[in-house]
Amino acid sequence: MTNEFWTFIFGRLTWQAIPYYEPILIGTFAVVAIVGLAIVFLVTKNKLWGYLWHEWFTSVDHKRIGIMYMILGLVMLVRGFTDALMMRLQQAMAFNGSEGYLNAHHYDQLFSVHGVIMIFFVAMPLITGFMNYIIPLQIGARDVSFPFLNNFSFWMTAGGAVLVMMSLFVGEFAQTGWLAFPPLSGIDASPASGVDYYIWALQIAGVGTTLSGVNLIATILKMRAPGMTMMKMPIFTWTSLCTNILIVATFPILTAVLALLALDRYVGSNFFTNDFGGNPMMYVNLIWIWGHPEVYILILPAFGIFSEVASTFSSKRLFGYTSMVYATVVITILSYLVWLHHFFTMGSGASVNSFFAITTMIISIPTGAKIFNWLFTMYKGRIRFELPMMWLIAFMFTFTIGGMTGVLLAVPPADFVLHNSLFLVAHFHNVIIGGVLFGIFAGINYWWPKAFGYKLNQFWGKISFWCWVVGFWVAFGPLYVLGLMGVTRRLRTFDDPSLQIWFIIAGCGALIIAAGVGSMIMQFYVSITSKDKEWDTTGDPWDGRTLEWATSSPPPQYNFAFTPIIYDNDAWADMKKRNAMRPTEGYRDIHMPHNTWAGIVLAGLSVALGFALIWYMWWLAVLSFVGIIVVAILHTFNYDRDYYIPVEAVLAHEGEHTRLLSAGK
Amino acid sequence: MSQTLHAAPDAQLDFYDLVEHEHVAHDSTRIGFWLYLMSDCLIFASLFAIYGVLGANFAAGPSPVDLFNLPLVAVSTAALLFSSITYGFAMLDMEEGKKGTMLAWLGLTGILGAVFLGLTLYEFSHLIHEGAVPQRSAFLSAFFVLVGTHALHVTFGIIWLIVLMVQVGMKGLIPANQIRVQCLSMFWHFLDVIWIGVFTVVYLMGMLR
Amino acid sequence: MSEIDHGGAVSHEPAVHAHPDAPDGHSVGTRRSYLIGFALSAILTAIPFWLVMNNVIADTMIATIVIMGFGVVQILVHMVYFLHMNTKSEGGWTLMAAIFTIIVIVIALSGSLWVMYHLNTNMMPGMVMDPSAPII
Repeated sequence: MTNEFWTFIFGRLTWQAIPYYEPILIGTFAVVAIVGLAIVFLVTKNKLWGYLWHEWFTSVDHKRIGIMYMILGLVMLVRGFTDALMMRLQQAMAFNGSEGYLNAHHYDQLFSVHGVIMIFFVAMPLITGFMNYIIPLQIGARDVSFPFLNNFSFWMTAGGAVLVMMSLFVGEFAQTGWLAFPPLSGIDASPASGVDYYIWALQIAGVGTTLSGVNLIATILKMRAPGMTMMKMPIFTWTSLCTNILIVATFPILTAVLALLALDRYVGSNFFTNDFGGNPMMYVNLIWIWGHPEVYILILPAFGIFSEVASTFSSKRLFGYTSMVYATVVITILSYLVWLHHFFTMGSGASVNSFFAITTMIISIPTGAKIFNWLFTMYKGRIRFELPMMWLIAFMFTFTIGGMTGVLLAVPPADFVLHNSLFLVAHFHNVIIGGVLFGIFAGINYWWPKAFGYKLNQFWGKISFWCWVVGFWVAFGPLYVLGLMGVTRRLRTFDDPSLQIWFIIAGCGALIIAAGVGSMIMQFYVSITSKDKEWDTTGDPWDGRTLEWATSSPPPQYNFAFTPIIYDNDAWADMKKRNAMRPTEGYRDIHMPHNTWAGIVLAGLSVALGFALIWYMWWLAVLSFVGIIVVAILHTFNYDRDYYIPVEAVLAHEGEHTRLLSAGK
Repeated sequence: MSQTLHAAPDAQLDFYDLVEHEHVAHDSTRIGFWLYLMSDCLIFASLFAIYGVLGANFAAGPSPVDLFNLPLVAVSTAALLFSSITYGFAMLDMEEGKKGTMLAWLGLTGILGAVFLGLTLYEFSHLIHEGAVPQRSAFLSAFFVLVGTHALHVTFGIIWLIVLMVQVGMKGLIPANQIRVQCLSMFWHFLDVIWIGVFTVVYLMGMLR
Repeated sequence: MSEIDHGGAVSHEPAVHAHPDAPDGHSVGTRRSYLIGFALSAILTAIPFWLVMNNVIADTMIATIVIMGFGVVQILVHMVYFLHMNTKSEGGWTLMAAIFTIIVIVIALSGSLWVMYHLNTNMMPGMVMDPSAPII
């Protein structure tokens, strides 16, 4: 076996790619291997593989897929947060000549992968999970428009996450920041596997996200229950519609830019090189045309969740529904007009900077209108301080402050001082944690009973809440101070000892947040294993206002035995007010789509393709690419895509639900 | 059977649709595919933006005037335009249920698409032979990626067309197949729309400098 | 059921326009409309090719605008005659999606050209920044 032969088989993958010289990674691998093997062992011992395959992995049920997205996002949250803790520790230590405990090669990967994981594999899956689970229920539909595509989208997202996790143990991750600007991310400055892991993980996940966007737009446009006009849709559905429009209209730009970077790296083209006519700033320009709408993709679903929570837990109709809708649409359009504020300092000049500064300030106005609408919804309402409402209140003051620092940064002269400082880092964590993450936590506590049939443990939930809110401010308040003092982001060591106290405080804040994460895990664990659950027998534990609360908890596979007919906003509240009676007879067989193996297989082949491209294993790349085409074509020859749930099964479930409802009365 | 309302001021309202409407198969497919096409438009828009910004960066290498063969481009443009109308005739025959002639028009569309591809590949090989490789300059990188991505889409379109012809041959013009032919129709015409952009911005404007 | 407003359903009333509707509501062409579209496209392609190949318009800027104009018109011809775009398709959502996409494309293209032009002018090597000169 010649050297050439091994190079052909393994490309540039050699034993050196395994980081056996990094004790932290060896330790991590050991833990992951042990936990992974334990899970595999338990699943095998309890003969659950068949169950997992048939009930979850091949499921096209939007509810199952939604839960899988949530699990993915929460697991990756632990990974991404661990990266954050490591960075906080390093920054708190590295003073007075100390190099800390992380070398530059490791540290630079940390800040890059932390950002990539949090945006692409925590926030995006979590919001997608919510949209997937809730939208069909809220519009009175039985599933999304394209259930097979839904399954495929999930596995592509998971595939991207697999590649990122692989980079821990085989090769390295990018050390270029979460956006991988060239020329640093070009082949000359970053010849190793890191940037390639970045590119292919995002391309694979990006396909999933874009198709999911198409799916949910079509669902909202075409599958609403009769009577539900656009202006009678729940507000979460509205914000989700705008989110998915943003996804479809902006992810292609990311796809194109990353493809061009890949071409530069693989074939030596000159899009973003410094010579032969390339222009690295064009990468920055294009990727921020994607990047700014992306942050609105993250926040709009959270706004939707908060709107639902505000009205439900104030027992009051949402104030200013029409203005909320218009504000959301305006934000959607304006989000395309602000992107240059991410690179004011790159020399485009006063006229260009002024234009984008003004548009950036304008876009804060509809958001402000939303804050007022939530306040007015709560005003004179009968407020119940359940956990979702607590998260709403925390969001309102946390996010508002974060938004205000954003408007500050929108002023170009101020930005020239603060660009890429810790002030910026504090700002975006402020709005993403205070906005997106708090919204997700509110949503989890709000909709958990719907998905699983019992409420989450309140005690651990409140501990988690306080740890997160206090921890956030203790962790990021110092960063605002440091940023104003001129400290740059992404630094590994520091010369000025007077700064250390702030980093130590920030580190303490991170530990408090860690307690919050831990408490949340405890909350899940205690709730799931409790023998004494707070069961939801009616399907409507919060006196909800929208249609998802009209089903049992959890809903049956088919959601609604009969499609509801809509007359007003807050359709469920309307039905309750008018004493609508749930039909208890006249059921029929229900038409549902089959499960599919194609999604997970195609995604698996895509991961193989990505891995092959990263390591220059060209034979594997060709094989998996051809495999993808062949499997996709084969799938289209399967015309037998659906079946009927027999009426007996429908009768059984609905009968049980009727029994529980009358027992509850 | 259904519901009774308590003494309510409104007239008797139905809150549940007890008459199950016939589920319209593939009802979302057209708008769904259209939305995907819009996303594909944006990929091309990014490539046009790249070409717009970098297209004049010849790096002291060959420029459009040195390289482009407008008569050849006119022929490939004609081939693509003809393929659009042959697809249109295929669609008309499908609406009338004429499977045989529809397949013939589809086949002709595929052949014209292959002609277009052949001419594009010929042009690429000629350029590479002349040393005008993608690596030579940003202009050439942008040119090859824009025209090449379009050609790649045409390639996938032809593969899809062949698969569809097989499926129509096997199962006939069932609704599932009809909707697929409609989607490919959208795809095919969209590719011609993109080509209008390409020949205008790249070839015609390139020769104007 | 008469007061039920069909939430998401496609409207079924016959549309008075060049393209008849198939039973499931989508637009189909007629032989005539395809032939008109083809003829228009052929003309709208031939003229710009002729203009450029024969250097008919001396001024580059005007020539550019003219051939781009022909391109835009031909795209519209394709949209109407081949893609059967109209205001009724999918309850108006087809057109809405296309318009939104075009808006985003225009913003991304013109924005990129504007921004990159300024960046290149201000920042390319060889630029000596005069501190007293206005930065525009």
